[in-house]
Amino acid sequence: MLNDNQTVPLLETVELRKLFKLKGGSNLHAVDGINMKIYAGKTLGVVGESGCGKSTLGRTILKLLEPTSGQILFEGNDITKYSVSKMRPVRKDMQIIFQDPYSCIDPRKSVIEIISEYMFIHKLYKSRVETFNKAAGLMDMVGLARRYANSYPHELDGGRRQRIGIARALSLNPKFIVCDEPVSALDVSVQAQNLNLLMDIQDELGLAYMFVTHDLSVVKHISDDIMVMYLGKCVERATSDELFANPQHPYTKALLAAIPKPDIRMRNKEFQLIKGEVSSPVNVKPGCRFASRCDYAVPECSQRDPDFVETSPEHFVACYIVNGR
Amino acid sequence: MAHTEIQNILEIRDLKVIYKTDLEVVEAVNGLDLTIGKGKTLGLVGETGAGKTTTALSILKLLPSITGRILQGEIYFDGEDILKKSEHDMQSVRGNRISMVFQDPMTSLNPVLTVGDQIAEAVQLHNPDMSKEQINERVAATLNMVGIMPSRSGDYPHQFSGGMKQRVVIAMALSCEPELLIADEPTTALDVTIQAQVLTMIRELRDRLGTSMLMITHDLGIVAQTCDDVAVMYSGIIIEAGTAEDIFLGDKHHPYTVGLFNSIPNLDIKSDRLNPITGLMPDPTNLPKGCVFAPRCNHQMEICLEARPGVFEEGTHKIRCYLFSEAAGNSKAGVDLNAE
Repeated sequence: MLNDNQTVPLLETVELRKLFKLKGGSNLHAVDGINMKIYAGKTLGVVGESGCGKSTLGRTILKLLEPTSGQILFEGNDITKYSVSKMRPVRKDMQIIFQDPYSCIDPRKSVIEIISEYMFIHKLYKSRVETFNKAAGLMDMVGLARRYANSYPHELDGGRRQRIGIARALSLNPKFIVCDEPVSALDVSVQAQNLNLLMDIQDELGLAYMFVTHDLSVVKHISDDIMVMYLGKCVERATSDELFANPQHPYTKALLAAIPKPDIRMRNKEFQLIKGEVSSPVNVKPGCRFASRCDYAVPECSQRDPDFVETSPEHFVACYIVNGR
Repeated sequence: MAHTEIQNILEIRDLKVIYKTDLEVVEAVNGLDLTIGKGKTLGLVGETGAGKTTTALSILKLLPSITGRILQGEIYFDGEDILKKSEHDMQSVRGNRISMVFQDPMTSLNPVLTVGDQIAEAVQLHNPDMSKEQINERVAATLNMVGIMPSRSGDYPHQFSGGMKQRVVIAMALSCEPELLIADEPTTALDVTIQAQVLTMIRELRDRLGTSMLMITHDLGIVAQTCDDVAVMYSGIIIEAGTAEDIFLGDKHHPYTVGLFNSIPNLDIKSDRLNPITGLMPDPTNLPKGCVFAPRCNHQMEICLEARPGVFEEGTHKIRCYLFSEAAGNSKAGVDLNAE
């Protein structure tokens, strides 16, 4: 394998599947055959509604959940079958920032202890002092004043708590971070501050992000490429600009149309509605997952899974209607 | 007020609400003025902790009785001061003439009662003379109105999805045909496609029933799509108010409103960085002496730190900021800036 950063993706998944076994032998298809590539220094945005499997995908990639089938390649190495001990050095390179800054942090540790925790576990530095110094440096980097070092998480607001999570994820000098809805719990003005921070850090350290969110305007802002998920399947993937300028899949179009725009001139335009709700991911039948809600559905849609076809360079769509024409 | 024809369904004047505990006094609402015209929808916008929900609870007199206290002000609902009403009188107002939809449909429904029973409860309470058949008819009609099959009235909340539950809550709120509907972030817990369905439904029902509405939200997109008037709230004060046109198309804005708009990533324009407001909302236990927004404001002047600014008015557009009181003073002599 070539050792060239330009051609070897930092992270690649091949037909990645995660099924959850339910009582009575049925399967919940959370992630159902995802192929994706993330290059160093780039951001892949993953969007979809609740229950589409986007968070499960993030966790499966990090092997926090054991994949059912498929492959995960990190820097060209297949880590799918790695044992826990073999996984440990790899974990340094791949970190996660969680959605809820209130529940992902140990409330009985002070800020500096939380940030240093991973460095102690991985024995990154020789002495405690060196580790704490490093942690203080991380606090500067994420814009947390050093006077908070001995504060406890409950003394800080949501935005600052989220920054503790970011500093902790950065503490092991990772190459790849899964950001699982990192700004959804925050107010818009704080959300914007933290988005800027994440982008600055990426520029500085050359990290790759997988940015999981349900908020399309956020994902457009931060991503290079965007993947739209629906019930465990990827329905469309394109560069950020291309996806918003030229959405192809009926679901992507509906999703874009459903966002209320802060523009009063559009107010008399009706929201373009998609009927019904997301169907159950348990024991899914073959065929396009969106077919039951799709206005353009033809009988073929519910017979066989549509192929993922490149309609224009770097723009992939899984839809019979789009690809048939 | 009572002599003239009542044009405003709700009028709040100089409302002040605190939460008092043994440790501290939280100044949640600090001199709030708000009016909702009959049949109009007012969008109340602001971030967490701005006092939006406290305002809504004050209107219904549902503030936590131990800590919450209304210090001063008047709330006129249809010409009558609500704050002077007894608890007994309030019970015939709540759910009947003013009703409220809460943010989280999962927690505002009773899990051990069927949705039909829960809607019937509200109807029965306010219409004690109705027969069982009439009540059942009303329940079926309300469910129909929000797009749920009346045959599902025997189902329990857990059998419904999030969007459906919010529809049930809205059905319940509308079951007594209230004059004022308070919707506290009605779609925040929902996905965008479901949000679009619920918003469209709210819009249609409002237009059909002629209900006035107070729409509490932090999403400027929702405001632009549903509201006639807008009030921007910050630290318990309305810092800018006007018609939707004033807020979205006007050229003069409070610096906080500008910051709020800049914080939203724009879907149409590609920008590299967002331009957010720095800092955080002031601690409500220790508010600044001058303008509440001054510590975060780019246009801060000396006077901003000393005294609360008055209201600058231009037609329907009101801004509480010194930037404009000065400008107005220069251009239009004779405008009484201190009239408040």
